Amino acid sequence: MNTPEQLLFTKDHEWVKVEGQEAVIGISDYAQNELGEIVFVELPEVGASFQKTDVFGSVEAVKAVSELFMPISGEVLAINEGLSEQPEWINEDPYGKGWMLRIRIADASELEQLLSENAYQEFVK
Amino acid sequence: MKTIPLTPVHEALGAKMAEFGGFRMPIEYSGILDEHVTVCQRVGVFDVSHMGEFEVEGVDALAYLQDLCLNDVAQLSVGQAQYTAFPNERGGLVDDLLVYRLDVQRYWLVVNASNIDKDWAWCVQRRKGAVRLTNRSESVAQLAVQGPHALDLLQSLCALPLTGIASYHFVVGEIAGLSNVLISNTGYTGAGGFELYCAPDQVKALWDALFVAGADFGLKPIGLGARDTLRLEMGYCLYGHEIDEDTSPIEAGLSWICSFAAEKNYPSKDLFLQQKQMGVARKRIGLRLLDKGIARQGYELADAEGRVIGVVTSGSISPLTREGIAMGYVETAFAKPGTEICVSIRGRQLKAVVQRLPFRT
Repeated sequence: MNTPEQLLFTKDHEWVKVEGQEAVIGISDYAQNELGEIVFVELPEVGASFQKTDVFGSVEAVKAVSELFMPISGEVLAINEGLSEQPEWINEDPYGKGWMLRIRIADASELEQLLSENAYQEFVK
Repeated sequence: MKTIPLTPVHEALGAKMAEFGGFRMPIEYSGILDEHVTVCQRVGVFDVSHMGEFEVEGVDALAYLQDLCLNDVAQLSVGQAQYTAFPNERGGLVDDLLVYRLDVQRYWLVVNASNIDKDWAWCVQRRKGAVRLTNRSESVAQLAVQGPHALDLLQSLCALPLTGIASYHFVVGEIAGLSNVLISNTGYTGAGGFELYCAPDQVKALWDALFVAGADFGLKPIGLGARDTLRLEMGYCLYGHEIDEDTSPIEAGLSWICSFAAEKNYPSKDLFLQQKQMGVARKRIGLRLLDKGIARQGYELADAEGRVIGVVTSGSISPLTREGIAMGYVETAFAKPGTEICVSIRGRQLKAVVQRLPFRT
């Protein structure tokens, strides 16, 4: 379980947890709550590479669809396969079981542009 | 933005609120999927006080309404309601609505919240003969109690025998100690139940009484989100989606509300009759997605070769089966149930099959 204090955020409501050369990516508790019950998740193939701000997938809630944006550039090492059957994990545990991607960080300097938890909380207020 | 009398109640319940039809409305409380299932299996209450109500009264009320509405208003007895629509002069619809016959020469028109101003102007402009029109939208609140336990719940609050109120009939009487409530066996969910029209200063007491009695029935508050998935599963049209100023009732599959009786003189009558006899180029269909995804309003529908053959007007998932379901319009050749077509979703083609409505029986 990740606590939000360990995470970095984007204004598009993704979170990033840095683990050495790799990073785990998901969407924030605020985002899942705004979307409501998530019923489908579309994630990329393992091995795909994305630039920062690229669309890497989408989440479908009952009322609306929302695109997912890469918080930093990198190559996808793993996706959370469980979400295809259990998309509600994103609602139930957005910082834990609801993770979406594990990537290899392409450019660590991009991390500097992300928001701390405090700054993100200010942003969504 | 306009508010409804119970806005503070919904906010206190933690509802997600959003603008709908110019009103600040509850969209969901416990979640759309849970609320949907509650209405299908138990009972839920919707605050639909945003709906508009126009009163039409006078010796010429019937003649006036016959020229305004598609359906044959002369079929209504006092105490009966009817689904109908206002056609415009270019073969589309101004709005869909319910007509209630309150008295021999007195009717109510219950219209969509988003169309109140437009409908009022339309009705006033076409007024003729001895007809008095009153816009009661601000002085009528409405709660819809829907689901298989709705009857038992309401009966526990009411001395009138509710089983005596047939579908699309109503009585005006006392419920929960409140007098002069219009109790209507109608709804927009397909789950059965009643719609209760009362004065704005009664609606808080009615809401509270429902929840006191409703504890035994598993009553929950239901937002507009589940109202939309419930009506979609039933294949009911929603104005601004399946029907609008440019969609004919014949294309929409609403020829059953179009009366072509000699005494009917509404706009576009000849055109609709011709469409009914000669056929239409496109038709409203139900669609079930075979691939995972949700088709949403405005997404294109295509044939196997990728040619665009139609458009989605509403889409969601079925909360019970978790399949994507939708309604839309396609060229008539593709409207037959069982026809496989594609939905274009963000550059991908998802497979879907035309399905007979309703999705839920």
